[in-house]
Amino acid sequence: MEGAFILEKLILVVIVFTVSLVIAMYSTLAERKIAGFMQDRYGPNRAGFGGLLQPLCDGGKFFFKEEIIPAGAHRSLFILGPTLAIITACISSAVIPWGQTLDINGRQITLQVADINVGVLYIFGVVALGVYGIMLGGWASNNKFSLLGAIRAASQSISYEIGMGLSIIALLMVTQTLSMSEIVAQQSGFVNWNIWVQPLGFLIFMTCAFAECNRVPFDLPECETELVGGYHTEYSSMKLGLYMFSEYINMFVSSALMAALYFGGYNFPFMHDLGLSPNWITILGVVAFFIKIFGFIFFFMWIRWTLPRFRYDQLMNLGWKMLIPLAIANIVLTGIITIVKDTYFA
Amino acid sequence: MQSLSNRKKVLEQKPMNFWERMYLPAIAKGLGITIRHFFKKIPTVKYPEEKRPYSKNFRGQHSLKRDEAGRERCTACGLCALSCPAEAITMIAAERKKGEEALYREEKYAAVYEINMLRCIFCGLCEEACPKEAIYLDGPHVTAEYLRKDFIYGKDKLVEPAFDIKKLIQDKSN
Repeated sequence: MEGAFILEKLILVVIVFTVSLVIAMYSTLAERKIAGFMQDRYGPNRAGFGGLLQPLCDGGKFFFKEEIIPAGAHRSLFILGPTLAIITACISSAVIPWGQTLDINGRQITLQVADINVGVLYIFGVVALGVYGIMLGGWASNNKFSLLGAIRAASQSISYEIGMGLSIIALLMVTQTLSMSEIVAQQSGFVNWNIWVQPLGFLIFMTCAFAECNRVPFDLPECETELVGGYHTEYSSMKLGLYMFSEYINMFVSSALMAALYFGGYNFPFMHDLGLSPNWITILGVVAFFIKIFGFIFFFMWIRWTLPRFRYDQLMNLGWKMLIPLAIANIVLTGIITIVKDTYFA
Repeated sequence: MQSLSNRKKVLEQKPMNFWERMYLPAIAKGLGITIRHFFKKIPTVKYPEEKRPYSKNFRGQHSLKRDEAGRERCTACGLCALSCPAEAITMIAAERKKGEEALYREEKYAAVYEINMLRCIFCGLCEEACPKEAIYLDGPHVTAEYLRKDFIYGKDKLVEPAFDIKKLIQDKSN
């Protein structure tokens, strides 16, 4: 570990952190704009050109709001809740490969913060931790609505993690590796994208990702119509802002994950036929990756303004009685296809 | 029972079939509807920058008119006050003195003419009742005020500003 390596990684960490925060910030604006357009109106368009400064205004307002910690709340856990939520949201982007290697004066710089060989498992671990932020916050608030929201979040997250994990197993049977960088590298070009071999797995994974991000139609933990504000009923000021923020960062990371696992990550069609230098391919790859990510973020929002919220029993039925059997069937199917392919078409 | 209007629809509650239980076709249909709205023309008028045109017969704030020589037309006959269904108009009449012929057209004029804009319903009956064509509701919207007394508009706000008829005709012909 020489100093240059640490510096290089440090710069990358700072860039990734900043980019995910900025994207989360502008996701709030995008959400409101998209909501507006889908409902035949313009969303926020007063602050800055076309409303571009709206996120800054919102952030500033959050900081200046009065911060209330309820008298009956458990003080330290109440503060720990949003902290944990935002930290887990931020660290899950560490293993996502943003691009191939950049060659700067003979130095090979990998555009990935940590290329660990169990990247997929790391993400699962961190995502599973994410629900603690919600649970602690809801529980420490000393409010029955918050507690209900927290309980819902916990059981929903457990139920959908199973479906998500099972859908990933089928993918891992195809890729034969847990390392994120290898999974993405295998999908070079266009025909090698995992979506073509795992369409059902992708569908299950995406549904579970929606549920893990607590997005509509699975936003039962906050569910304004039933639980006032759900787990963040008692939160105000920037603590509430952090919860919102972590939701948007989670959305960004799951979009990146879906793009990386199923849609080829930084790979784009005809990348080897352009005759460009490797550095240019890398840069274009990063651009392609972000286009895919933005596409998924748009899809998240598109779904939000299309579907109503599930009832809680419907949510559980969908998770346990549909997604998990489907995911298991997908594993069996993948296994059979792999064996048949290896035996007869090898 | 046979419904008389023949428009009664009996709702059938069948269990969903396999295709419907998949959710996906219905979701795709819903997504199609929302994306169509995404590209639709937005009917919102961006108000302070864009204003909707007023109708030609819009009735706004009253104005007390002057004749071609710049004299006030109102003769304080009181027909407008009489016709007003909301009783918003009051006036005190006065006799024209010598030397005031350039100010008032008739021998009697309104020394005080007040309209209570909180009472006015902008029906336009005063305009119709006026025999001298002295009052028209051709002004802008009546704006909000903080105090009730500020809604009583006197002659300072109602009488139209003095103008030079020759210049107006010249401007129009140009």
